[in-house]
Amino acid sequence: MEFINILEWGVSILLVFFALAAVISKKLLTAIVFLSVLSMAAVAAFALLRAPDVAVTEAVIGSGLVTFIFVASIRGLRKAGEGL
Amino acid sequence: MRKVFAAGLVILFGVVLLLGLSKTMDIAGYEDGLISGKPAEAYINKNVTEESGEIIYGETKDAETGSANMVTSVIANYRSFDTLGEVTVLFLAAVGVSMLIGGSGKEKKRKKSGFILRTAAGIIFPVMLITGIYIFTHGHLTPGGGFPGGSMIASSFLLLYMADEKFSLKLSGFKFAEGIAGSLYVLAGAAGLFIGGYFLMNFLPTGTVGTLFSAGIIPIIYVIIGLKVGSEITGIISDMLKEEVSV
Repeated sequence: MEFINILEWGVSILLVFFALAAVISKKLLTAIVFLSVLSMAAVAAFALLRAPDVAVTEAVIGSGLVTFIFVASIRGLRKAGEGL
Repeated sequence: MRKVFAAGLVILFGVVLLLGLSKTMDIAGYEDGLISGKPAEAYINKNVTEESGEIIYGETKDAETGSANMVTSVIANYRSFDTLGEVTVLFLAAVGVSMLIGGSGKEKKRKKSGFILRTAAGIIFPVMLITGIYIFTHGHLTPGGGFPGGSMIASSFLLLYMADEKFSLKLSGFKFAEGIAGSLYVLAGAAGLFIGGYFLMNFLPTGTVGTLFSAGIIPIIYVIIGLKVGSEITGIISDMLKEEVSV
């Protein structure tokens, strides 16, 4: 039980850390990568909170498809001359 | 200044999250669910319409929904009508994306991908596809279901798009599968209406809890949802990749 508790605290601190990194980072692409890593930490948090269904969905959608959609839209914006 | 404000907001939410995590220990029954154990075995007892006594994994026959996964029995049985609405919302989103940016049929020439990605995609693609199909066919037994399974199928096609610069899907088959799956969901609901008297009723025998062929129409509905979500998100992905040429 003690190990799980330490794990829960570690995952929570990682969540806050990656969220901060995503907010502070200068380039948008870096922020997207940090968001993807944040989703992976959220997967661990959901699994620790006994919600495996949500964890599976978050792993596929949060860190896979949403990242693709963000990257595709940023490349589209670049082409339109926004200079991001 | 904006970044300082945003960072402060993140830290505030983080503190709320940490306080919330330390409070979850007070929820009744929270400690009973082992992380390493099967959640299905710990939380299998559920009675909504009638008192059916204790339900034992792998032994009880003709339980109320017959699904070992509690979340699935809510999503695909008790609140199946909500799920029909949810699938409709996703369908409208896919239609909107293809109407807005899917018009120009030309595909952009993508960059040639690296050797590692090309070789690995050939190995990982079938594994991802089979895992997606496994997730939605076993939705009534293990965590997961139609939505994550379908999304996993779509992301396996995304992997193919990234690995091969000449790869292009013929979307007409996917659109056909999507339409057929959506109609089948409504037809399954209508069959319940005619047989049992209310829409989306679980009219098939539910069998033994915990076996693959159990839970009546729940696995059928989840396979339908998985095919529908998979083809819809694959359509969105190829539309977004096509879009880059028209801008």
